[in-house]
Amino acid sequence: MFGTTLVLALRSIRRHLLRSFLTILGIVIGVGAVVTMVTLGKATTAAVQASISALGTNVLQIRPGQGFGRGGGGPRPPDFKPEDVTAIANQIAGVTAVAPQASASATAIYEGANWSTTINGTTSAFLTVQPWPLAAGRYWTPAEEEAGKAVCLIGNTVRQNLFRTDDPVGKRMRLGAITCDVVGVLTTRGQGGFGDQDDVVVMPIKAVQRRFTGTRDIRLMLVGVDQAYSTATVQAAITDLLRERRHITGGKDDDFNIFDTKQISDTLTSTTTMLTRIVAAVAAISLVVGGIGIMNIMLVSVTERTREIGIRLAIGAVANEVLMQFLVEAVALSCLGGLIGLALAQLVILALVPLMQVPWTFDPQINLIAFAISAVIGVVFGYFPARRAAALNPIDALRHE
Amino acid sequence: MASNPPLIQLRGVRKVYGAGATQFQALKGVDLDIAQGDFVAVMGPSGSGKSTTMNILGCLDVPSAGEFLFRGHHIETLDRDQRALLRRKYLGFVFQGFNLLSRTTALENVELPLLYRGESKARRRELGMAALAKVGLDRWWDHTPAELSGGQQQRVAIARAIVTEPDVLLADEPTGNLDSERSVEIMELLTSLNREAGITVLMVTHEPDMAAFARTVVHFKDGLVERIETQHRQGAAVEA
Ligand SMILES: Nc1ncnc2c1ncn2[C@@H]1O[C@H](COP(=O)(O)OP(=O)(O)O)[C@@H](O)[C@H]1O
Ligand SMILES: [Mg+2]
Repeated sequence: MFGTTLVLALRSIRRHLLRSFLTILGIVIGVGAVVTMVTLGKATTAAVQASISALGTNVLQIRPGQGFGRGGGGPRPPDFKPEDVTAIANQIAGVTAVAPQASASATAIYEGANWSTTINGTTSAFLTVQPWPLAAGRYWTPAEEEAGKAVCLIGNTVRQNLFRTDDPVGKRMRLGAITCDVVGVLTTRGQGGFGDQDDVVVMPIKAVQRRFTGTRDIRLMLVGVDQAYSTATVQAAITDLLRERRHITGGKDDDFNIFDTKQISDTLTSTTTMLTRIVAAVAAISLVVGGIGIMNIMLVSVTERTREIGIRLAIGAVANEVLMQFLVEAVALSCLGGLIGLALAQLVILALVPLMQVPWTFDPQINLIAFAISAVIGVVFGYFPARRAAALNPIDALRHE
Repeated sequence: MASNPPLIQLRGVRKVYGAGATQFQALKGVDLDIAQGDFVAVMGPSGSGKSTTMNILGCLDVPSAGEFLFRGHHIETLDRDQRALLRRKYLGFVFQGFNLLSRTTALENVELPLLYRGESKARRRELGMAALAKVGLDRWWDHTPAELSGGQQQRVAIARAIVTEPDVLLADEPTGNLDSERSVEIMELLTSLNREAGITVLMVTHEPDMAAFARTVVHFKDGLVERIETQHRQGAAVEA
C-alpha cells in the first residue's frame, strides 16, 4: 500500500512539474544554503586551525615592537638578549620552555645545486615548544649547541631542491659563507597559512648569531605554556617581567608584543561558530518559508482534488489512507526539494573551494541532517492539508465542482 | 421477493438537515426492504428524498433516526471508517456525473478500488481488464476520460463499481447525462450484471423508460415511500 501511495504521489508531482518545482524552491535554497555554508565554514575553520596549530598550540610568540601594523615612528625598540630568555624560563610559572630565534637568509649549495632559504637559529627548547620529528638523522647534541657548531637540520623542501635523491645525512653543504654538516632531516609539515614551512635550515642559535647576524640579539622568543595554565595569565606575567627588564615605566606602552596563538584560535573558532549560527538562522527561516509554500500548494491541491477525494472515499478509502496519500505527497515534495538542495550545495562547494583555497570536503552528517530536516518539514507542513483532505465528507466532496 | 431474505432493511429512517430554524426533514420515516438479487428503481419528484435514501443505503451518510440493517447487521451505529470498509467490501457506486479521475486511464480508474484492497499490481491489471471486458471497453483501457464518450465513461464507471464483485450496485441517476440510446445500453448492462452476476442493483431515475428495466419500483414523495410496485415483465413500459 505504501509503495502505491508513493507512486501516486510522484505521479501527482510529475503532473504539475513546474508548480511542484516552484513549491520546493524554498526548501532547495534552505537545504542548499545550510549544507554549503556549514561545509565551507568547517573547511575554512579547519584550514585556519591547521595554520595556527603549525605555530604550536599554547605557544606565545614575543617580538620587539608594538605588533602588527602599529609603531612606525621613533627608534626601533631593542631586540631581546639571551638573559631575557633565561629570565622568562626561570621566573615565570607555567612556562615549559623558551626558545630564542635568530634568523637570516642565505643560499645553500650542494654539488652544483643551489637553493635560497631561511636559516633559523634556535635551541633545543624549540623542539619542546613546537615538537618537530625527524625523518632521518639526529638532532644536534647539547655540546654542539653550546659550542655553536655549524651543524644543521634541513626541511624537506631544502632536501628536495638541494640533495634530490641523495641521502643528505652526514653530507656537508655550503650555507652562505660557511660550510655546515647536515645531521638530520625534518619531517614534512606542508603549507601553513604562512608559506612553506619546510623551506628552512635549522641551526644552533649561537652559530647563526656568530656567522650570520653578528650579534647576540634575539628577534623572536617562542614560549611554551603548560596546558594547566591559562595563556592569558602567563602572558600577563611575561609582560610585567619584560617591562621591568626593558625599563618601561608608568603609562608608557609596551615596546614588545606577545602573540597568543591559542587566543587567536579561540577567537577564530568563536567567530566561525557565530557565523555558522547566523547562517543556520537564515536557512531555518528559508526552510519555514519553504514549508509554508508546501502547505499552501497542498491546500490548493486538496481543494482542486476534492472530487477525487470524494471518489476515493466512496470507493472505500478510510480517512487514514487519504491522509497518508496527501502526507506522502507533501513529504515526497519536500524530500525532492532536499535532494535538489543537496546536489546544488555540492556544485556550489565545488565551485567555491578553489576560490576560497580550502580543501574540498564532504560532510555526510550535515547532508543527512539537512535531508532529514526537509523530510520533517514535509510531515509538519503537509499534515494540516492532509488532515483537511481526510476529514472531507464523501457526499459533499463528490458534489464539489 | 418472499423467497429471498431481505438484504437491506430500512426501519423508520429519518434524515434531518441543518438545525434550528433552517432545519429540514428530508426523510420522514422510510420503511423499505430490499431483497438479495433485486433490481430496484427509485422514482419520485425532485427533492422527495431519493438521493438522501441512496446515500444512506450506500453507507455514505447515516440516518438521523431509525434503523438500517444490512444482512441483519445494524449499520446506523457504525463509524466513518467502519462504513468505508463496508463500502469497500460490499458496495459499488455509479454516479450521474461519472466521477472518473481525469488524466487517468480507464484501466487505472477501474483498478482504483483494488488499490484499497491491497491487491498486487498483476492482480489489479487482471481484474481491471476483466471488468473492462464485461462492459465491452477492454480495447479502450489506455484512454483517459477526456478521450471517451459519455456512454463509454459511464461504462468505465460501472466497470470500476463491479471490479470488486460487490453485493450491491448503487446508481444515482446513472443515465441522467446520457442520450436515450446510450441510456438503454447502460440499462442493458445493469440488467445483465443483475441477472448474470447476481448483483443487487439500486438505481434512482426520473425516466419511466429506464425504470422499466427494474423488477421493483419504489416511488418516493415528500420524504416518504409512496408505493412499491413489482414488475413481472422487465423492459416493458411502466403504467403510471
Ligand atoms: N446536505 C444537505 N443539506 C440540506 N438540505 C439537503 C441536503 N441534501 C439534501 N437536502 C434537501 O433534502 C431534500 C431531499 O434531497 P434529495 O434526497 O437530494 O432529493 P432527490 O429526491 O431530488 O434526490 C431536498 O429538499 C434537498 O434540498
Ligand atoms: Mg437526487
